Amino acid sequence: MSLRRTLLTTRRILEQLRHDPRTLALLLIVPTALVGLLAWSLIDRPGAFDAVGPKLLGVFPLIVMFLVTSVITLRERTVGTLERLFTLPLTKAEFIGGYAIAFGTLALAQSLLVSVLSYTWYGLAHQGIPWRISLVALCAGLLGTAFGLALSAVAHTEFQAVQFMPAFILPQLLLCGLVIPVAQLPSVLRAIAAVLPMTAAVHAIAPLRSNQYYVGQFAVMLAYIVVALVVGASTLRRVSK
Amino acid sequence: MASSNQPTLDVSNLRVVRSSNEILKSISFHAAPGELIGLLGPSGSGKSTLMRALLGVQAISSGSARILGSAAGSPPLRGQLGYMAQGLAVYLDLTVEENIRYFNGVLNLPFYEVSRVLDVVALTTFSQRLVSTLSGGERARVSLGVALLGSPPVLILDEPTVGLDPILRRDLWGTFNALATAGATVIVSSHVMDEAARCARLLLLRNGTLLFDGTPASLLAVSDAHGYDEAFEHLIEGTR
Repeated sequence: MSLRRTLLTTRRILEQLRHDPRTLALLLIVPTALVGLLAWSLIDRPGAFDAVGPKLLGVFPLIVMFLVTSVITLRERTVGTLERLFTLPLTKAEFIGGYAIAFGTLALAQSLLVSVLSYTWYGLAHQGIPWRISLVALCAGLLGTAFGLALSAVAHTEFQAVQFMPAFILPQLLLCGLVIPVAQLPSVLRAIAAVLPMTAAVHAIAPLRSNQYYVGQFAVMLAYIVVALVVGASTLRRVSK
Repeated sequence: MASSNQPTLDVSNLRVVRSSNEILKSISFHAAPGELIGLLGPSGSGKSTLMRALLGVQAISSGSARILGSAAGSPPLRGQLGYMAQGLAVYLDLTVEENIRYFNGVLNLPFYEVSRVLDVVALTTFSQRLVSTLSGGERARVSLGVALLGSPPVLILDEPTVGLDPILRRDLWGTFNALATAGATVIVSSHVMDEAARCARLLLLRNGTLLFDGTPASLLAVSDAHGYDEAFEHLIEGTR
């Protein structure tokens, strides 16, 4: 695996996004504005924003990166650039690594913007360590990218790719503890929620837990990232049957 | 690199079966450096499948395809074959130069190769334009530019002139001729029979079978026809 070709791929993806300022703005501004809207709506309920706001920092990168990655890689498959790359000396690992670094960087930028505004303007008083929030956002972004890569193989059109979003994201959103605390779910759903990647992202942000607890949540996220990347890589076929 | 007496392409009894459809039925031919070969045939005759099999992105069911002495699709060939796909296969949301620069980097070629290629396909003045803002002919030239990076010894061009105006087609065929003269083996597919006259050698494909392999003049002779369209009709209907 060549780091040079991986980084060239990252640069190419970031250049594509740079030429699409609307998508870039949506990536960065929408989550920031949504968290601001939440802070505003909870302004008369002291402590409420402190409880919910940080969790969103683990949810947004997952959703946004999932959507963007699945559409952009689907486009590589349908336009034929992926096939062209496979006639050139680019490996699957370099291709996937390029995507992971590009969207991981974007997830970090997105979370930094949201958390800086949350801690200042939105008045967040979260008892967590800011760098942990960034780490969660990075993992959540990579989760979204990894799952997006894998699902782009199942979708045949961009329309289908977008339809996967509610199918893949909404169940997790309902179960991850954002709407109802995981502990209050019926036992079967609680067991399911406990192993979902988005739940791990939300739990890893929760304040005042033991280091062991956080390590466990990060381990769940990392396991999902690795599995989804391997599945994603296996759907990239150099030779079609 | 292949020496001039060694074939660059050696295809024998190549068969491709895709979901129980036999797309190519026992295709055999050789090609030498410097040859400009027209691969002609109606839509669905298997031209693209043959090209993709040579590139190694389409699995071969039986028979063999060897390019520059290696089996099609083997790692040493990656970067040795210039490919222009029917779907163009360039990034519409990048500028012309960014496209060429990315593929140039993947091939690990020196940076001056970017400006050389931009010059060959006459896109230097468009280098900062997004590909999505270009016309069909300009987009085709971006795709051709990527295929020309590193002056590969084999060029596989899938319907590069489809939908282009006559002047542009003439210019592109001029480029293909120049590349073959410089020593490359160039295979160009087309379903426009008039383009046959521009090649030194023709391969005619129908329903996955090679109907004819020879010069344009001998095609007219064997089929007793007055033009390439008629020759093609005669050949196709004669074997039906």
